[in-house]
Amino acid sequence: MTLPPGMSQRDFSAALRQFETAVGKEWVFSAPEDVALYRDAYSPFWDEEEERTASAAVAPDTVEQVQSVMRIANEHRIPIYPISTGRNLAYGGAAPVLSGSVVLDLKRMNRVLEVSEENAYALVEPGVSYFDLYRDIQDRGLKLMIDVPTPGWGSLIGNALDHGAGVTPMRDHWSTQCGMEVVLANGEVLRTGTGAMPNAKTWQQYKYGIGPYIDGIFSQSNFGVITKMGFWLLPEPEVVRALRVTAPRHDDVIKMVEIMSNLTYSGVIDSQFTLASPVLNGPRDAELEALAARPGGGTREEWDRYAESKDRPFWSARFTFYGPQPVVDARWEYARQRYSTIPGVQFEDGPTYRFPMSREQREQAPDKGMLGIPSLSNFTGRTPATPEVADGHMDFSVIVPMTGHDVLAALKVIGRDFAAAGVGARMGTISSFHLRTFILISSFPTMRADREFNRRVRAAYERAVKVTADNGWGQYRSHAAFMDLAVSKYSFNDDALSRFHATLKDAVDPNGILSAGRYGIWPRDMRGST
Amino acid sequence: MQRGQEVFAYWCAPCHGAGPRNPGTIALEVRYKGLKPAALEERTDLVPELTRMFVRNGLSIMPPFRKTEISDADLAALAAYLAPANNSSLQ
Repeated sequence: MTLPPGMSQRDFSAALRQFETAVGKEWVFSAPEDVALYRDAYSPFWDEEEERTASAAVAPDTVEQVQSVMRIANEHRIPIYPISTGRNLAYGGAAPVLSGSVVLDLKRMNRVLEVSEENAYALVEPGVSYFDLYRDIQDRGLKLMIDVPTPGWGSLIGNALDHGAGVTPMRDHWSTQCGMEVVLANGEVLRTGTGAMPNAKTWQQYKYGIGPYIDGIFSQSNFGVITKMGFWLLPEPEVVRALRVTAPRHDDVIKMVEIMSNLTYSGVIDSQFTLASPVLNGPRDAELEALAARPGGGTREEWDRYAESKDRPFWSARFTFYGPQPVVDARWEYARQRYSTIPGVQFEDGPTYRFPMSREQREQAPDKGMLGIPSLSNFTGRTPATPEVADGHMDFSVIVPMTGHDVLAALKVIGRDFAAAGVGARMGTISSFHLRTFILISSFPTMRADREFNRRVRAAYERAVKVTADNGWGQYRSHAAFMDLAVSKYSFNDDALSRFHATLKDAVDPNGILSAGRYGIWPRDMRGST
Repeated sequence: MQRGQEVFAYWCAPCHGAGPRNPGTIALEVRYKGLKPAALEERTDLVPELTRMFVRNGLSIMPPFRKTEISDADLAALAAYLAPANNSSLQ
């Protein structure tokens, strides 16, 4: 059985009994089969000594219980690792960064506290999943659309805190967060924004409150336990209409991205678009491999010839517009006009969806994410096209500037690095997941029964972090096993940022009990030894 | 049975419901190649021990489910709902 580092079984058992008093005996999990439920299901260290494992889990139901747990943890110096729904599977799941931590499972705190249709916001607890809020809104017949990430079982709060995103105009979840309640390491409750003014009614309407805007320090960090968070929502639009654009040639990406970025910055396009290459990301044959394998890659002419021989456009992008019909149609038409300046460009309209949608229409919709309907339909395992699959995956996500040149460079560098690694890392599409840049999300497989394979995958992942950082492409989000490495790349001025994080950590969590090691922020007595 | 059906609808159906676009059902279709029904509610061989094992251990990309998600009581209800005695009428 794993214990918190440096703690005796006896002291730990005493602390567990205090946790039981705080939340009830049935909600403290210390038996091995129960603690095993908090393993990282996709761990790249599965069954190895280095696998990050919890010592126990505690599941509170109220803010008061969270406060009690924090006080007990501080008294005994027990490392705590809060999770919301614990479904951050691509980035480390429910397992702590520091082995021996006690997981604080907030899933039971799953109340939708308030939804305002008039002011288009919701206030939720950490255990509320996208499925939960969606159901609540649908059951109440409210004309509100939520923004969902790919899998719908995640927590709105957890996802926002890790800077996750979806596809609609509200896709940058952290930016739509408005107001939060936090339990600090010392057990005190803090409310941010205008929530700090006891009689204000604008907690979910105005983010900044007064003075320093501190909400950000609670994201991708370990400075507090979030127990409530507000989110801005989109009023259900009249229509959602998509536009697909393809361009034939390798170099067309320059113009394509120039137009899409300008339309984004101007507000004509305000939802996520993905940029993919049906050639580079398409079926790989010997000719493609040969071109890709060359030191400088193929020449522009060679690529264009290849694309033409396969009768495939080189680039494809999809844009989606949300809003009243005439406004959507005008934006759609204007975007089409701008892209028409690229010779050989082709367009495809739709699909177009009209609201309100019936329950059946919602169930039948093929692209639910686009319509703010949570699902797991993109969470695919075996399919007829991919009958052999890995046991799990780790996401590798980098920030690439929004220009065609950078797209080409990223595809080339990362493609080559992945091919050399030979572990089946899959490059994903490039998208405007976050508002004014590109995010490229790729996927590394993990296998439960093959340690040698996992070892190679870990090495490949680390190398990919370094190679992309060398090119100025930082991680926007990190897998738990590689957080120190990811953060180390943000090293300006002798790691001034990391040193600042450490200063904050020592101030707000002097005993270092919260999520030790998350995003490279360690308690004082563990710094430098990692 | 109603509780079991509710648990299935909430926790399992998004992947294991019948119909297209359910990744668990798609995966099982590939795995079983027609030898067994791919949709779990149509299976006639899911003894409770098997359901419990999958829910608490996961398999392939299916992760395990914690007790704060599917409690032991809910798991028992789910297992009973999917068990052969309940589904024999579907043969």
